[in-house]
Amino acid sequence: MDELEAIKVTFFQECEELLADLEGGLLAMQDGNDDGDTVNAVFRAVHSIKGGAGAFGLEPLVRFAHVFETLLDALRSNEIPGTPDLTALLLRASDVLADHVSAARGLGVVDMDVSAAMAAELKIATDPNAAPAAAAPVAEAPQYVDAAPIVIGADDGMDDDDLGFDFQPMTITLDAQAADAAVLDGDVWTVSIRPKSDLYRKANETALLLRELSRLGPIQATLDDSALPALEFIDPEAAYVTWSVRVETEQGEEAIREVFEFVDGDCDLEITRGEAPVADVLASLLDIAAPAPAPEAAPVAVEIPAEAPPVSAVGPAAEAAPLAAPMPVSAPAPAAPPVAANAPAPAAAKPAQIDVPGPGQSVIRVDPERIDRLIDLVGELVINQAMLAQRVGEYGIAPSSNLAMGLDELEQLTREIQDSVMAIRAQPVKSVFQRMPRLVREVANMTGKQARLVMDGENTEVDKTVIERLSDPITHMLRNAIDHGLESPEERKAAGKNPEGVVRLAALHRSGRIVIEVQDDGKGINRERVHSIAVKKGLISPDLTLTDEEIDNLIFLPGFSTADKISDVSGRGVGMDVVKRSVQALGGRISITSRPGLGSTFTLSLPLTLAVLDGMVVDVAGETLVIPLACIVESLRPKAEEIRPLGPVGSVLAVRDSFVPLIDVGLTLNYRDRSPPPTEGVVLLVEGEDGSRAALVADAIHGQRQVVIKSLEQNYQQVEGVAAATILGDGRVALILDVDAVINLRRRGPPPPSDPTLIAAE
Amino acid sequence: MTEPTITSSNETRELISFRVGEQEYCVDIMAVREIRGWSPATTLPQSPAYMRGVINLRGAVLPIMDLAARIGMPTTEPNVRSVFIVVQAGDRTVGLLVDAVSDILSITDDMCQPTPDIACENVRHFVRGIISIEGRMISEISLDRLLPEREALAA
Repeated sequence: MDELEAIKVTFFQECEELLADLEGGLLAMQDGNDDGDTVNAVFRAVHSIKGGAGAFGLEPLVRFAHVFETLLDALRSNEIPGTPDLTALLLRASDVLADHVSAARGLGVVDMDVSAAMAAELKIATDPNAAPAAAAPVAEAPQYVDAAPIVIGADDGMDDDDLGFDFQPMTITLDAQAADAAVLDGDVWTVSIRPKSDLYRKANETALLLRELSRLGPIQATLDDSALPALEFIDPEAAYVTWSVRVETEQGEEAIREVFEFVDGDCDLEITRGEAPVADVLASLLDIAAPAPAPEAAPVAVEIPAEAPPVSAVGPAAEAAPLAAPMPVSAPAPAAPPVAANAPAPAAAKPAQIDVPGPGQSVIRVDPERIDRLIDLVGELVINQAMLAQRVGEYGIAPSSNLAMGLDELEQLTREIQDSVMAIRAQPVKSVFQRMPRLVREVANMTGKQARLVMDGENTEVDKTVIERLSDPITHMLRNAIDHGLESPEERKAAGKNPEGVVRLAALHRSGRIVIEVQDDGKGINRERVHSIAVKKGLISPDLTLTDEEIDNLIFLPGFSTADKISDVSGRGVGMDVVKRSVQALGGRISITSRPGLGSTFTLSLPLTLAVLDGMVVDVAGETLVIPLACIVESLRPKAEEIRPLGPVGSVLAVRDSFVPLIDVGLTLNYRDRSPPPTEGVVLLVEGEDGSRAALVADAIHGQRQVVIKSLEQNYQQVEGVAAATILGDGRVALILDVDAVINLRRRGPPPPSDPTLIAAE
Repeated sequence: MTEPTITSSNETRELISFRVGEQEYCVDIMAVREIRGWSPATTLPQSPAYMRGVINLRGAVLPIMDLAARIGMPTTEPNVRSVFIVVQAGDRTVGLLVDAVSDILSITDDMCQPTPDIACENVRHFVRGIISIEGRMISEISLDRLLPEREALAA
């Protein structure tokens, strides 16, 4: 069962891609690009999901996909016109389909009422004249039975390029007796399967196919091994046998074909209504009789379109000729080729239209762990190279010497390798972005707004470690933009705007970081209200004068919420401060700009990777520490008059009219018992996640460096005040400072026995 | 915490013995990854006294534990003969600072005695049993109890 599970996992992965294609195609249609290719791609996506789901017996998913597909098929064949309303319906249907897929995967449940309602809507859209309660369009098979008991594949019908199953053949009705028999035959299909060796090579298995067939109804399988050569001539990897299966099913030809969806092209397949027609037998006989094994030739001879069983199929010959008993080769052989000649074109074209995935580039799937390992190794290479360079420097070797020049080249190569390896793990932000259109639709529905999402820069690449963490902040910002940013359609009309608001989500690279922008064209931030709420909630003091920008940034304060009524979507006051904190935890920053009446823009900037970090290397009490550059506002050498003692032991630093608590890093981390005078060291002005500032005192600054982040927890545990570790050029471990933890440690501050004073400065 | 309990089978096990102060201890050879000469470690703040810090072991950050201090004896002053034994303890790799490695022993389980009751709390906690061999007394360390449980520190 494990193997099946593994295939299932692959199926769901494909489903995700297909759902993304589906949504992408529908969005393209929404933008007015509804050419045949797009519609076909959309149809293919749904069809493939349905096909795969059928193989795994995921009934609800198959049923819904089928209804969906039927509508798309009608759209594809221009039976119904494409309208914006229809596209909107299709988009909503794609959401329900996605729910079905998740549910089938065991993630969440489908609201069956919603699904049923959607299915009903789809049916009405497919056939507006049908009563809503009309049977599902699965009823193809019965229709066949009623209308066309026996079908003649007339030659003129064969050049029809539309290869749906709804051909319009000529029909003849035989006398009453024959018709009765034919009606019975309506539910009986003969499937002839001749696997090619490729089928086995691709690890398919006929037994599984037969098992799938048996799910459609009672089957009777007959093996024809007459092509099996004598043992000494056998090619162990070749395929020699043919099955003929009699299936009794009401589900029609399509259902049977779906069973073979995954082996398409790897076996010659004939599906005929009724008992085995004589042409089949003839065709197989011809093939068997051919002296040379000519597999290339076989398909031509055997692929008789299922729609076109020759009239002779109902003749007594069929009954008299069970497949297992080969007829003499002297049978009227010429009868078969003419029939077969009609067949190849349609039979070959159909699978191409439905089953071949879109023109994919050649892509390698690699276990992410291997890439992670490679990145680790390159990290070590970078460290090692830095170490060598440092050693060579220590020996005082001239920069123009061969050795030094070789080292320079090594450094460049190392950097290139690092960049290339990081590029392997980089992924376009698309994987996160493509989940957003649905979110926007849902939030807009829930809040009664009209919103259109415009996305830009989906192909911007960023390291996998960052991608995984982008989803939450973007979700939050988009919700916020629609819920708080956009006005209701009425308000927008009153303000002379398009009732449909536009939310723009963009990603771009800027100076070695990825920038995500979420922009709305709503009303902008109501600064007066923001200010008064902040005062009312005691977040700021009433007499404080703030710049516009400062007021805008108040919305990032913990416990701030401006929504008049608490909505389902946002407005619990945990929104933006949570976003800000999670962004800062990644070494990122978030800011907002707003213009009243015109809208707001959130700008989020993140490092491109969480595997390396830009840091300032400093010396503290003989230890080397790295302080993340993202936290550092500025560094300075304090003058004696800028340092003011406050309380028994604490002191603050005067920086341009404000007072910032001085924190001796060595003391806080217990590297030393008493701090040297700050004037002898260097002060790094840092900003914590909550926006509070502190002045960290270090002994000396070594410079700015990119360091590879190493986990402390892997072999030990989290250490307070330390975010992670890294390895420096000299091969020693240096700790990366957790600035917030250091500020907090100092605030709680047990080191100097009684020291409650340091909080005062803010 | 599921080390095989000491049974009286005659299976041979190999142990590496080492000196800590004037006493001899040992660990199962299967847990030992490598033995390295002493190199200075980066001090970890906010850590117990027995944590000497962390070093770079081919790109991994390896915590170094002073075994003497861990079992309650005075801290070791590292000298040129000091080594650390890199051992696998559960899912973590850790270096044990000891004074010197002395021997590889082959023992059967019947040579192993339970830890005598008189021993102090620390010893009872970290010593699985005592091996008597050629008149020497060697205590076997219970590795999975050495490292503190991972604790989620409040930030």
